[in-house]
Amino acid sequence: MTEYHLRAPLSDEEVEKLVAGDVVFLSGPVFTARDKAHALMRQVGSPVSLQGAALYHCGPLIKDDRVLSAGPTTSGRMARYTEEILRLGVKAIIGKGGLPAEPFLSKAVYLAYPGGCGAAAAQQLRVLRVHLQELGMAESIWEFEARELGPMIVAIDAHGRDLYREVKRSAQRQEPD
Amino acid sequence: MREKVVEATVRALQRAETSLPNWVLQRIEEAAARESHPVARHHLQFMLENVSIARTKGLPLCQDTGLAIFHVQMGRDLSLDFSLSEAIAQGVRIATKEVPLRPNAVHPQTRKNRGDNTGPGMPDVILDYVDGKGLQLTAFPKGAGSENMSLVGMLNPADDPFDFILKSVAERAANACPPLFLGIGLGGSFDLAARLAKRALLNMPGSSEEELALLERINSLGIGPMGLGGDTTALGIKIEKAFCHTASLPVAINFQCWANRSATEVIQ
Repeated sequence: MTEYHLRAPLSDEEVEKLVAGDVVFLSGPVFTARDKAHALMRQVGSPVSLQGAALYHCGPLIKDDRVLSAGPTTSGRMARYTEEILRLGVKAIIGKGGLPAEPFLSKAVYLAYPGGCGAAAAQQLRVLRVHLQELGMAESIWEFEARELGPMIVAIDAHGRDLYREVKRSAQRQEPD
Repeated sequence: MREKVVEATVRALQRAETSLPNWVLQRIEEAAARESHPVARHHLQFMLENVSIARTKGLPLCQDTGLAIFHVQMGRDLSLDFSLSEAIAQGVRIATKEVPLRPNAVHPQTRKNRGDNTGPGMPDVILDYVDGKGLQLTAFPKGAGSENMSLVGMLNPADDPFDFILKSVAERAANACPPLFLGIGLGGSFDLAARLAKRALLNMPGSSEEELALLERINSLGIGPMGLGGDTTALGIKIEKAFCHTASLPVAINFQCWANRSATEVIQ
């Protein structure tokens, strides 16, 4: 379990060295996207370059461009878009609950931010600009400047390890048939 | 009186969104002290830190400020000359601006958002009648992460409901922001089981032998905070029961995340 302080955009080398269980604090630009932004990006492409980007599954609470609360949303709802999002160059998806691990192999990592910790996350984020504002507060793409966003756990690494799957398998071994 | 209900609604939401009930906080603190898994311990400590930031800065502790659900206990001797649900809805609209709350309520098909957390059926007011002429209002904002994992199983009476609960929790817990509070509805009908499960969350925490035994079985799964492993998968379980048809065994599980928010206001 190594602790890393990284800055987005991320390089292939930085992604490569991360191993499941490592702790990451991330600075630099972070883009939020959830259900509606993903659906729209599938139709018309991304309004921003996501080369090397950190994409945050988050529908923040914002007032007058101030981040009030901005923890992760459940990533599973966006699972159907993972491959095309990674094809756009995204190197880290931040969220909670995990995603199928296969698309991450040799490409990217999944970082788990503690769910429900929106007030803490808000202290680490400020608004740079907003894209697709017509989708509403929760569903817009917010471009944040992160300062040491974390602690985040590398839950899925680019080497095929998936902590959620490991924990679930071990739980299922204890269940009745 | 109407004005009092509106104001109590705003106050209850303000408090529910920015702090946690003491007993909930205490359960998280106890779990953090007990937890043997280092990542899990860090998560629990970070959750406590988050609650403290939210309280001191008056910020919603989670950006998912939830669906507006209320439990009202109304005195039988009280008569109201206004619509209770409309007064609560007005409080929700004010709280959405003032707390503020994220506008979450949308039409189920068009997904249109009025921006004020109200609409047909929202807020949802669960009403009970009690002795006296007072009115007690509990705000119970419910986030989607945990609500989305909730389910009703129409089991065969020969099935073991606790095996079903264990399997469902093992499969779904990671998405529901564990450590969890679980409201279980056992018996009744398809919809009564679900209503019992929601009421179980309002009547948390349980302390019967059956509830504590189930809590221990769930924690032995090792799913841990946020599904990343650990000793603490659930912090409380409450089971509510009703008689059911001899051919049925309905079981409902209402998941609640670790941020088990609620706040009560009493109006005389």
